[in-house]
Amino acid sequence: MRQDPVRTIDSVIVGAGHAGLAMSRCLSGRSIEHVILERGEVANSWKRERWESLRLLTPNWQSRLPGYCYEGDDPDGYRAVPELIEILDRYARAISAPLRIRTTVTAVRRADNGYVVKTDQGEWRCRTIVIATGACNIAAVPSWANAVPSTVQTLTPMQYRSPQQIEPGGVLVVGASATGIQLAVEIHRSGRPVTLCVGEHIRAPRTYRGKDTQWWMDVTGLFDQRYDQVEDIARARRLPSMQLVGTPERLTLDLNALSATGIRLVGRLAGIRGSTAQFSGSLRNQCALADLKMGRLLDTFDLWARDHGLESQVEAPVRLPPTVVEQSPRLELNLASGEIKTIVWATGYRPDYSWLQVPVLDHKGQIRHDGGVAEAPGMYVLGLQFLRRRKSAFIDGAADDANDLSEHLLHYLKHRRTILNQMPLSEKCRRLPIFAEERNAQ
Amino acid sequence: MSVLERQVNNGVNVQALLDARKALSDAPEAAKFQWRASCKWINGTHSHSTIRNFFGLGGEQKHRTEFSFDADHPEIFASEDKGPTPVEYVLVGLTSCLTAGIAAVAQNRGIQLRSVTATIEGSMDMQGILGIDQDVRNGFDGIKVKYQIDADATPNEIKALVAQSQKRSAVFDIITNPTSVSVEVN
Repeated sequence: MRQDPVRTIDSVIVGAGHAGLAMSRCLSGRSIEHVILERGEVANSWKRERWESLRLLTPNWQSRLPGYCYEGDDPDGYRAVPELIEILDRYARAISAPLRIRTTVTAVRRADNGYVVKTDQGEWRCRTIVIATGACNIAAVPSWANAVPSTVQTLTPMQYRSPQQIEPGGVLVVGASATGIQLAVEIHRSGRPVTLCVGEHIRAPRTYRGKDTQWWMDVTGLFDQRYDQVEDIARARRLPSMQLVGTPERLTLDLNALSATGIRLVGRLAGIRGSTAQFSGSLRNQCALADLKMGRLLDTFDLWARDHGLESQVEAPVRLPPTVVEQSPRLELNLASGEIKTIVWATGYRPDYSWLQVPVLDHKGQIRHDGGVAEAPGMYVLGLQFLRRRKSAFIDGAADDANDLSEHLLHYLKHRRTILNQMPLSEKCRRLPIFAEERNAQ
Repeated sequence: MSVLERQVNNGVNVQALLDARKALSDAPEAAKFQWRASCKWINGTHSHSTIRNFFGLGGEQKHRTEFSFDADHPEIFASEDKGPTPVEYVLVGLTSCLTAGIAAVAQNRGIQLRSVTATIEGSMDMQGILGIDQDVRNGFDGIKVKYQIDADATPNEIKALVAQSQKRSAVFDIITNPTSVSVEVN
């Protein structure tokens, strides 16, 4: 067998999604020699691990990357996945990203002056490493999922492509955040009656006072809120995704909308005893919590609009009706009765760090880090929920984080030691001469 | 507005709770508690239970005094009514847990409480425990709690207190979610 050479470089980025590419651009801007190792291709998860009908729940304008912002004619639209893949492919070319695709990292270990990165295409040595593999590598499934009777088909959102793939009959969708509500409504519309298990969730209207909720979050500064400015960052990082969907009609897909289509709401799936699924009796309170939380969010928007003299430019404030919960929500369901043929686990995702052989994980398997600066010298992480800002996990959140962390990385390389996590907030990345056709289209 | 600025006092030492939370998240082993009670049959449906010790913070702990509880059934079930029924203890457990939670959350949020009262109703179809109808469960078919709260807060802030208290309540969780129970005989 051919022995691949060991290559040495200042920095290795693992993962060529939007976060890895944003970081690459920022490192190039600081003349830091680096390589991006990607197990598949650019935007690999988007190409292989998403369902067919998916559109981003963020509007088109909200996909700014270092040197790129949307200049098309539909800033408020929600792009489908193929369009996003195309944008990331073009971005990678435009920034001349030093890509090594189809290169799977198999192990990262500490070395004398940095890290050894083993891949199926040879070995790299680097002084710094940026983990940009994302937060959604593995579909998280409850530990007792294997108690589901074998007559019931189960699948995760990563395996799900379209309703045609599941057999006719009832479907239990477990989880009512963005993924769960989107799959529930699509599957129910296909003629497979859906029961939806609802635990903690974040309710939000698609538009409020005529503007997208994401616009309000952005303009009010909520998305820019920093990780060291919130009272309980651990809790903020655990918050489920907002119940949002990107549709051309800008539909609000809250639980009331789902109920109106005939989807049946039950409490969180609390366990399976024998062949009986047991649902929590907390549904009413989960809905009350979400209604109250949404009320506070909309109050924040109203206050901001008033304080910024925007009252006349946006529509009048409204409040959505409270979530309707039936008198006695179902508490049990016999999975062996044939009523449910399929279970879809929309119970979240977790990162896969099985290749990371550096003692930097906490007891929950998460990287210990301070705003993306990992507790291992020269190691950085990107693209996680509320990493440095509330927007960190969004495509639009990568630019500021990559900018901050690349600055930190530069100082680290210069000083060869861990420095305090203090860095100036973004020098706005200069716009690249790319996507000219979009600019010309205006 | 901070707790100090508003001089809120609901008799809850929130700082101690927050310190404990911090300490226990750094030392997860110390967070493992075990609650205990002993029960002795007296006569008929009458039993006497006592509570004194529990385990937590890595060692044996003690209440200041021993607490005791009589449980029985009312006279309409041909019992002597020497104490509340066990299911009524469950109701007491739920409201006292939620009420304690409301005070703690209010303190943490800088809300002064003036009065908090609750009534709780657990409805039950006796055809279950009497074995008349197999389709009727033994336990409550529903529990309703009603709070009357007078506090320095808006109606929505008060609703949020009650909702948050349910979210963090042990007894609410015990009642609304299944728990594995093992009963052994020596």
